[in-house]
Amino acid sequence: MTLHVPTTEAQACAIVRSVIDSATPLSIIGGNTRSGLGRPTQTHSTLSSAGLTGITLYEPAEMVIGARAGTPLAEVQKTLADRGQMLPFEPMDHRALLGSEGEPTIGAVAAGNISGPRRINAGAARDSLIGVRLVNGRGEAIKSGGRVMKNVTGLDLVKLVAGSYGTLGFLTEVTFRVLPMPERIVTLVWRGLSDGAGVALRAKGLGSPFEPMAAAHLPARIEAEESLTLLRLENFSDSIDYRTGELALLLGDYGEPERLEGEAAAALWRKIRDAAVFARTSEAVWRLSLKPYDAPQAVAAIKQALPAMRCFYDWGGGLVWLGLPAKADAGAAVIRAAVQPFGGHATLVRAPAAIRATVPVFEPLAEPLMRVSAGIKTSFDPAGIFEPGRMYAGV
Amino acid sequence: MSAIAFPIPDQGILARRDEIVAGLARLVPPEALITSADERRPYETDALTAYRRLPMAVVLPSTTQEVAAVLKFCGEQGVPVVPRGAGTSLAGGAIPQEDAVVIGVSKMNRILEIDYANRVARVQAGVTNLAVTGEVMAEGFFYAPDPSSQLACSIGGNIGMNSGGAHCLKYGVTTNNVLGVTLVMLDGSIVEIGGAHLDAPGLDILGLIVGSEGQLGIVTEATVRILRAAEGARPVLFGFPTSEQAGEAVAAIIGAGIIPVAMEFMDKPAIEICEAFAHAGYPMDVEALLIIEVEGSDTEMDAQLARIVTIAREHGVKTVKESKSAMEAAAIWKGRKSAFGATGRIADYICMDGTIPTGQLPYVLRRMDEIVKGYGLRVANVFHAGDGNLHPLILYNCNDPVEAQKAEDAGMDILKLCVEVGGCLTGEHGVGIEKRDLMTFQFNPEDLAQQMRVRAVFDQSWLLNPAKVFPLEGRVAA
Repeated sequence: MTLHVPTTEAQACAIVRSVIDSATPLSIIGGNTRSGLGRPTQTHSTLSSAGLTGITLYEPAEMVIGARAGTPLAEVQKTLADRGQMLPFEPMDHRALLGSEGEPTIGAVAAGNISGPRRINAGAARDSLIGVRLVNGRGEAIKSGGRVMKNVTGLDLVKLVAGSYGTLGFLTEVTFRVLPMPERIVTLVWRGLSDGAGVALRAKGLGSPFEPMAAAHLPARIEAEESLTLLRLENFSDSIDYRTGELALLLGDYGEPERLEGEAAAALWRKIRDAAVFARTSEAVWRLSLKPYDAPQAVAAIKQALPAMRCFYDWGGGLVWLGLPAKADAGAAVIRAAVQPFGGHATLVRAPAAIRATVPVFEPLAEPLMRVSAGIKTSFDPAGIFEPGRMYAGV
Repeated sequence: MSAIAFPIPDQGILARRDEIVAGLARLVPPEALITSADERRPYETDALTAYRRLPMAVVLPSTTQEVAAVLKFCGEQGVPVVPRGAGTSLAGGAIPQEDAVVIGVSKMNRILEIDYANRVARVQAGVTNLAVTGEVMAEGFFYAPDPSSQLACSIGGNIGMNSGGAHCLKYGVTTNNVLGVTLVMLDGSIVEIGGAHLDAPGLDILGLIVGSEGQLGIVTEATVRILRAAEGARPVLFGFPTSEQAGEAVAAIIGAGIIPVAMEFMDKPAIEICEAFAHAGYPMDVEALLIIEVEGSDTEMDAQLARIVTIAREHGVKTVKESKSAMEAAAIWKGRKSAFGATGRIADYICMDGTIPTGQLPYVLRRMDEIVKGYGLRVANVFHAGDGNLHPLILYNCNDPVEAQKAEDAGMDILKLCVEVGGCLTGEHGVGIEKRDLMTFQFNPEDLAQQMRVRAVFDQSWLLNPAKVFPLEGRVAA
């Protein structure tokens, strides 16, 4: 096992060039907290961004931050917080779910398009990622995007790289747009609603002018004995008072909500963000992506076939986190059959490597899209050295 | 003007014109095929009217299947294809070439589905931008990207150029508001990318398609997010004695944690032009004007405005003028959104579209003035101040070829300046033919080759909108 830790982009280019001829596959890691995502890959060499650290650009008045890929996410967040700003998309921390240790990096947030509950309103990591530098599979340093948030110059390779899990190149530097932190955050909590009522409540709230920034539903026995339906508002303090009042009125049919604020609320949202309900369990864990209103129906179909499953809803219902016994195909056939009629899809986030090696981790793609994806992989990485097969066979 | 080169038409294709037109006639109904020179004429240019080329034929399909049949045929015949939405591109993104077939989506103008519960709409590519908002407005919803041409421009064109608008400071640009597309590829295959859910499996091909300027395929349908509008919105005018003070006020507002939905900047020449046209009540005794829009309930808007006014006063604001009625608010926006049209009434102009880091604003404004004056011309500036997306309008007389060339040269110098200070060539209009030859200023050969290799995955033979985006020399096919 060889570990390459370049400290400059030029070194990273040289390392890549040195393995092209032998087509030696490389794993790519930052803090190594998310190596369990995707299909297991067979590599004997690892290229780490741990030697590429440091914030390279921070202009609070321009709402932009740039950092070398190996910079700890915590350092980026601390730097922003010191100036009252934050990453808009509330990136998930995978350590609890995957049982991993180490320090998550800003590069991995980009490479995995890692978002959290705010995604429903503020966009995903890919929506805030405005520039990247990476080393492609030819050993060339490439840039796309830049440091300004409006930029349509040339093909948007930034989006392709976001969520490519290292299969297209080795990120050396990433630039994100940022937002001011809200003055105050309040979560409204309704108890005891069914999955269907929970979706309807959140749809009404999200379709109101009061801009909930996050909307989740935790069925009974996930967090409490009863179900919890949550809408989170972030704003100036006087607006919060007004908007929580208006929302409670608008949603009066569902009962009077509790108002949750401060550390207890923040801790609850961190658990949702990190899918921590499945931390330290042996379950296989899936993410289902659906239209919010379809989610309870798809979940009911899965529950009927696999009664041991547990789940909760984020993104107003558009994201379902689902856990079930890690046996056989980890429920893949049932789950995909349940979501496909709704046009949704499912990703296997956590399962033993043996299952991830046989069950497609990412939803299988239609033939033309698979062909295009493989073509894009080759266009970046002709020798197939970066994380071969991590997303799909050939990608 | 003749500075921008077009590819030399392929004589072999021109010689086969009759045969190609006959082939197209077998694929679409007669009313969908335009062949006479007179009827082709409206398709010879777009909003970059200084350049025009008469296409070989124009096809206006009504269905995705027809688009697929025509694309497949053109691919097999080796005939270039120029996709067209509403033809409002300021960058020449829809300008054809003599050996090309234009495929226009204007007949595909139906809104297919509105789903308020899931806050998405499914529309055909020829639907105009404003029609989407028009359809959902009664329920209090809107489609966020709002380019100035929104009355005419199409969703398909917006996707091609990743269009922005005045309100993207808060709501993002097209790529942040599109969830799925139906894409027809050059071989005629029809692909669904994304959907009505928030993330798609696999590589983010949707993100690649948005802004690809018709070079990867033709989008025929899209699923877009619709958002609930705020309870109210109020634009307010802030007049400053200098552009520097206006720029500093913008930075200070953002620094105070306030993100207004829009912050638009106009300099004195632009104020004069727009006021003469729209009678919006713009102050005439200031050097720079900010239109800042806030949203929310009346009380919320009052509170937010009070914060903004305090900051503006700290930066020497001379005039603060709130809109007191919906009519006044509409007039304020009418002035801004008609800036290009109003300018066109007093002179010919070219509209540039670079983006700069906002901290560079005072320097760039000064340098732009010097550059344009150096060519003996005038410039009016309107732009999106919150995100640094500049739209200098360079005024000239198009009947004077020397002056026209100077205007184009001044524009190119300004775009190079944008790149030099850390910005980019285009914030929302796209590269088209206009900025194609400047791409080497922003990107090095490896960057461009990587983009072209990705392009080649979709179109190895450079048939899709081929004269755009990438310099004509040094093209990479795989």
